[in-house]
Amino acid sequence: MEAKGAAHGQAGVRRGVLARVPAWALGLIPLALIAAALVALLTVGGDTLGERRGPPVEDLAVEQTVLRPGEVELTLRNAGPDPVEVAQVFVNDAYVDYTTGTQQVGRLGAETVTLDYPWQEGSPLLVTLLTSSGATIEHEVDVAVATPEPDGGFYGLMALLGIYVGVIPVALGMLFLPFLGRVREHWIRIFMAATVGLLGFLAVDAYLEGTEIAEESTGAFGGVELLFIGAALAYFGLVALDRFLRSRRERADAAGAGAFQLSLLVAIGIGLHNLGEGLAIGAAYAIGELALGAFLVFGFALHNTTEGLAIVAPLAKRTRPSFARLAALGLIAGAPAILGAFIGASAYNPEVTALLLGIGIGAIVQVIVQLVPTFRDRAGRALYPASVGGILAGVAVLYVTGLVISV
Amino acid sequence: MKGHGGGAAGPTFRKGDVVDHAANGFNPTDVLRDFDYGKTRKLASGRTLREWEVVAQDKEIEVAPGVKYPAWTFNGRVPGPTLRCREGERLRVRFVNGSEHPHTMHFHGFHAPEMDGVPEVGAGLIQPGQSTTYEFDADPFGLHLYHCHAGPLAEHIARGMYGAFVIDPKEGRPEADEMVMVMNGFNTNFDFEGNQVYAVNTVAFHHVNEPIKVSRGELTRIYLVNILEFDPINSFHVHGHFFDYYPTGTKLEPRDFTDTIMQAQAERGIVEMRFKFPGQVMFHAHKTEFAELGWMGFFEVS
Repeated sequence: MEAKGAAHGQAGVRRGVLARVPAWALGLIPLALIAAALVALLTVGGDTLGERRGPPVEDLAVEQTVLRPGEVELTLRNAGPDPVEVAQVFVNDAYVDYTTGTQQVGRLGAETVTLDYPWQEGSPLLVTLLTSSGATIEHEVDVAVATPEPDGGFYGLMALLGIYVGVIPVALGMLFLPFLGRVREHWIRIFMAATVGLLGFLAVDAYLEGTEIAEESTGAFGGVELLFIGAALAYFGLVALDRFLRSRRERADAAGAGAFQLSLLVAIGIGLHNLGEGLAIGAAYAIGELALGAFLVFGFALHNTTEGLAIVAPLAKRTRPSFARLAALGLIAGAPAILGAFIGASAYNPEVTALLLGIGIGAIVQVIVQLVPTFRDRAGRALYPASVGGILAGVAVLYVTGLVISV
Repeated sequence: MKGHGGGAAGPTFRKGDVVDHAANGFNPTDVLRDFDYGKTRKLASGRTLREWEVVAQDKEIEVAPGVKYPAWTFNGRVPGPTLRCREGERLRVRFVNGSEHPHTMHFHGFHAPEMDGVPEVGAGLIQPGQSTTYEFDADPFGLHLYHCHAGPLAEHIARGMYGAFVIDPKEGRPEADEMVMVMNGFNTNFDFEGNQVYAVNTVAFHHVNEPIKVSRGELTRIYLVNILEFDPINSFHVHGHFFDYYPTGTKLEPRDFTDTIMQAQAERGIVEMRFKFPGQVMFHAHKTEFAELGWMGFFEVS
């Protein structure tokens, strides 16, 4: 006690000197000092270390490729520390004429380069940017296909695609609701466990795809970390949303609202996942890699009806929600596929895609955390033979139906 | 022909882009007809002694518009000077190394091993600031070449240390409009896998922008040397015409009458032709990849 008292007294003396200074000023003084030090380091400090020992690092990344008849348009991003000057360009080992705003691209700067090259539909293209120092930066187009023009017909097609792969399958899956109302409680728990298995599969799938896509990113704005940032954003965002809804429910004390809320969270999680799925489909369409047709639509229908089932599972033993509420749940889960298809086909960008996939992962993880308590048995265990069977069944269903589609 | 090509009209650098020849210190159009005869004097025996001084220099050159290449040169140009002499003369080449790297001058032709310009034989490597004199007879007549033989050999050649070496036969060759074309290339990214720029006399597409002026009906003689590094063969093709071809130029009878020949590295030969029609006559490597990466040009026949 004595020692503590003495320490307290000393601190009191120290505080006494600064006591008259307001708290905001105490905060401001270090800020001002840090700012001054940073300016000093920026203007003087750098020179004390001298120049880089090696040659300039030239790192240009191609963010977007647009193919028009007789023309290839590249959006370049300087992902390295030094300015890069594109001197000449050759495509498939032939120099080409090109137009650009400025040849020198500064750090993190972007520039559009339009190449005059009679590319052939269906053939690969290897574009080589020759910089002023003679370095080469290569960009490969696996299969050259004219980039779709973002007109009315294009948006209509993307909307249709989104509806086929997102909205319709989810709505179909939700048709299981009356059935779920009749089955025994025990079976509902197995369905909930299956939903968790299903969502877990989607999360792992999105993670694998996200890391692959993040690898293609320029690096200027980060890569794989975007996946984690997106996941954290979605996870904590949904936690906050859940808390908010809970506090409202307590006030309203409406019966069955808890189950609906769970369904809503599942729908949001699946919706964010479908945004990423739509994005992948749209991007594949834009570069001509998507085999449109019956197989794609059938595959997604099979795959995504399970998502509809997951949304309605929490509602099984509750008062039947209104049709409007069900429709809203279906749209929340399915419609993002349409938005995803738009973005993917018109403005595909690895960074944005990684971030969106990360958001989907975070949302799914949050939903899994919410769902686990719903299939606990009377002893409070989450894992027991039937629930484990349910989880594995959920994984298996998505694995098998996933084999049918490959985007 | 400025601005030739583009899209389906063929390869081109960005329209309007040209190399700054003044900054390079040489213009390929001048290199074409620039023969360095050195200085001669009669020896007591009555033989002609021909002497040159060649200086190795490190120099950055623009090999394609906007693309700088850190070259190693003979006399500040790539290709180095076209050394020309007559069969039977005594030749003396004083080599001064003004570069930051050790170099040699290795000639193709008859000479004693100690005059071979290879490391560890005779004068061996000539260190920066050092010099040596290579001495040998002009033998045999024909079209030869010289290049640096320091290691790593591929790099010393690729960097630009080579030139044509012409030994005229005693009786001379028929009067002609003569020019030297050294087929070369630049591996600008130093990956040692092929080249990014291909050319004759260094500057890619130069004779698309500045066609070679020739006269219709006049005998035109091209001393053609292939020194291209990293690619196994090179070739030469003239449109709308045929030519006599004298491999290595060591015989006075042509071996071929053709419109396309191929050469491995260090292979060379003399092309003799007469242009039949006025106008733009294209010539290029018929390894079309090289053509589209810069090894292409025009004769302007009038």
